[in-house]
Amino acid sequence: MIDGIKEQKDPNFYIDDIKERFGEKILDTAHPRHSRIYILVDKKDAPEIVKYIFYEYAGRHSISSGVDTPDGVEILYHMALDNQRDIFINVKTLVPREDFRIESIGKDIPAFEWIEREIHELFGVEFVGHPDIRHLLLADDWPEGKYPLRKDFRKDF
Amino acid sequence: MKKKTVIPIGPYHPLLEEPEFFILYVDGETVVDMDVRIGYNHRAIEKIVESKTWDQDTFVVERICGICSTSHPFAYVQAVEDVAGIEAPPRAQYIRTIIAELERIHSHLLWVGLAGHFIGYNTVFMWAWKCRETILDISEKLTGNRNHYAMFKPGGVRRDFNDEQIEYALKRIEEVWKPNELITNAILDDPVMHARLKGVGVLSTEDAIAYSVVGPTARGSNLDWDVRRDHPYGAYDKVKWDVCVQPDGDVFSKAVVRLLENFESVKIIRQCLENLPDGPIDAELSEVPPGEGIGVHEAPRGEVFHYVRSDGSNMPYRHKVRAPTFMNLPSFKASCIGEEIADVALITASIDPCYCCTERVGVVDKSGNRSTLKEADLIKLSQEKTELIRKKLGK
Repeated sequence: MIDGIKEQKDPNFYIDDIKERFGEKILDTAHPRHSRIYILVDKKDAPEIVKYIFYEYAGRHSISSGVDTPDGVEILYHMALDNQRDIFINVKTLVPREDFRIESIGKDIPAFEWIEREIHELFGVEFVGHPDIRHLLLADDWPEGKYPLRKDFRKDF
Repeated sequence: MKKKTVIPIGPYHPLLEEPEFFILYVDGETVVDMDVRIGYNHRAIEKIVESKTWDQDTFVVERICGICSTSHPFAYVQAVEDVAGIEAPPRAQYIRTIIAELERIHSHLLWVGLAGHFIGYNTVFMWAWKCRETILDISEKLTGNRNHYAMFKPGGVRRDFNDEQIEYALKRIEEVWKPNELITNAILDDPVMHARLKGVGVLSTEDAIAYSVVGPTARGSNLDWDVRRDHPYGAYDKVKWDVCVQPDGDVFSKAVVRLLENFESVKIIRQCLENLPDGPIDAELSEVPPGEGIGVHEAPRGEVFHYVRSDGSNMPYRHKVRAPTFMNLPSFKASCIGEEIADVALITASIDPCYCCTERVGVVDKSGNRSTLKEADLIKLSQEKTELIRKKLGK
C-alpha cells in the first residue's frame, strides 16, 4: 500500500552470511520472531561483528542495552537494518564479572559514544579506548563504584 | 592566538522537560567547538520500572515525555507482545495508529510554532498553535484527555471508540488540512525563510549515518528511513501514505519534512477512522513468559526503542528505553560547528530536542569578564538576524 516498500530478505540470509564470515566466533544464533535476529558472541569478537553489520549491511545503531545477570553484564547491540524491510540484528555478548572490560566501538563510530558512557556509569563496564568516558546522566560527584542499574545496587548507601 | 570565548547555555528552562547544557566555544561569531551535557532530569525510570508490574509500566513510560506521551507506551506494549508472542487485535492496532498520528500532528505543529517564534515570525506561532488546538480537541473527544491518553495496554487498548466519536473526529480532522496548507505555503514560499533557514546547520548524509540519527533529522538528511514503513506495526502497512525525505540536511529540510508529514498523518488518520475494523480491542494477555523482546515506534522526533527482558515474573527483569533525542542530540557536534551563535538556537531547535534550553546564557572570556544574557537575548539575536535579511531582501 505504501510507496517505496523495501525488499524483505529471509533472516537466515544474514545468519548464514555472518556464520560463513565469522565461523567459530559465532557461539549461537536465534530468531524467535521473523524480524528479530539474536547473535551470541564472545566479548572480544563483538566490536568486529557489530562494525561489520554497521558498514556492510548499512545497519543503524538503534541502541545498546546493558543487562545485569549473575555472571556479569550482558551487552546487546541492537542494529536496525533500515535499507531492508523489518530486520533487527541483536549482537549479544557477556562481559564477565572477573574482567569488566570490552573494546569501545565509540572510538570509531560516534553513534556508540553516548551509550557507552551510559553503560559505563550505570553498570560499571569499562570501554577500552573510549575517547571521552565522562559521566553522562549521573552527577559529577556520584560516588565511585556505585552502579545503579546493577541488581545488587542498594538505594540506601 | 585569537581569544576563544566559552558560552554556556542551559541547563534549566521552565518550558523544558529535557534540560540540557550546551557549552559553545566561539571565535568571534563562529562556533568552533561544542559540548553537550545531559542528565539534569534523570529520573531513573529504567530502575523504577523493574519494581512495577507489566501493566503499571505502561503508565510509567507514558510519563517519560509530556509531548509525545503515546510514543513510549506504543513501543513498550509492542516489546511486551514480542516477548509473549501475541499480537493485538486489528481494531486495537487501528486505534493505536490513530492516537499516534494525532500526537505527531500536534507535536510537529508545536515545533513549527516555536521555531517561528525563534526566528521572529510570531504569526506562524499563533497560527500553528491555533491549528494544534483542533487536534487536542479530537484527542480529548476520542480518549478523554488532551495529552497522556492512557489508551495503551500490552495486548490491546483500554477503551474503544463509538460511532459518535468517530464521526466527530472525521469531521474535525478536515479542519486541520487548510491551516496546515497555509502555514506550509507561508514557509515554503517566503524568500526570507529561505534565506534564514537554507544552508544553516547542515547535517550531511554521512554524518547522519555515523551518528545513527532518527526521524525527521535523518529524513531531512536524505535518508529514506521510517520505522513505520521499514519495521511495520500497527495499521501503518494497511493504509496509503508516503514517507517524506528532503535532500539538504539543513534546518529548512527538517522543517519541510515535518510540515509535509502533517498531511500524511491526516491521511493516515482519515483512512484508519473510515476503515476501522470491528472486533475485540484486547488480546487479553495473562502472563509474560521468560524471554526478550523489542518494540519500536516512530515518534514525532524519531524512532523510540524499548527492549524488555522477562524472567517469567510479573515485572520486567530489565527494561531499556531509548528516546529519539538520545541519538539526535550528539549530532550537534557535526551540525553546529562553523555556524554563527545567532543560528545555534535554531539548529538545536531543528532536531526538536523536546526544546533547547536557553534560559540563561553566561558569556565568559579569558580575562574573566562575565556577562549574563537571558533567554530573551538569545532569541532577540536570532530575530534580529531575520530582520536584517528581511531588510536586505526589501520585504
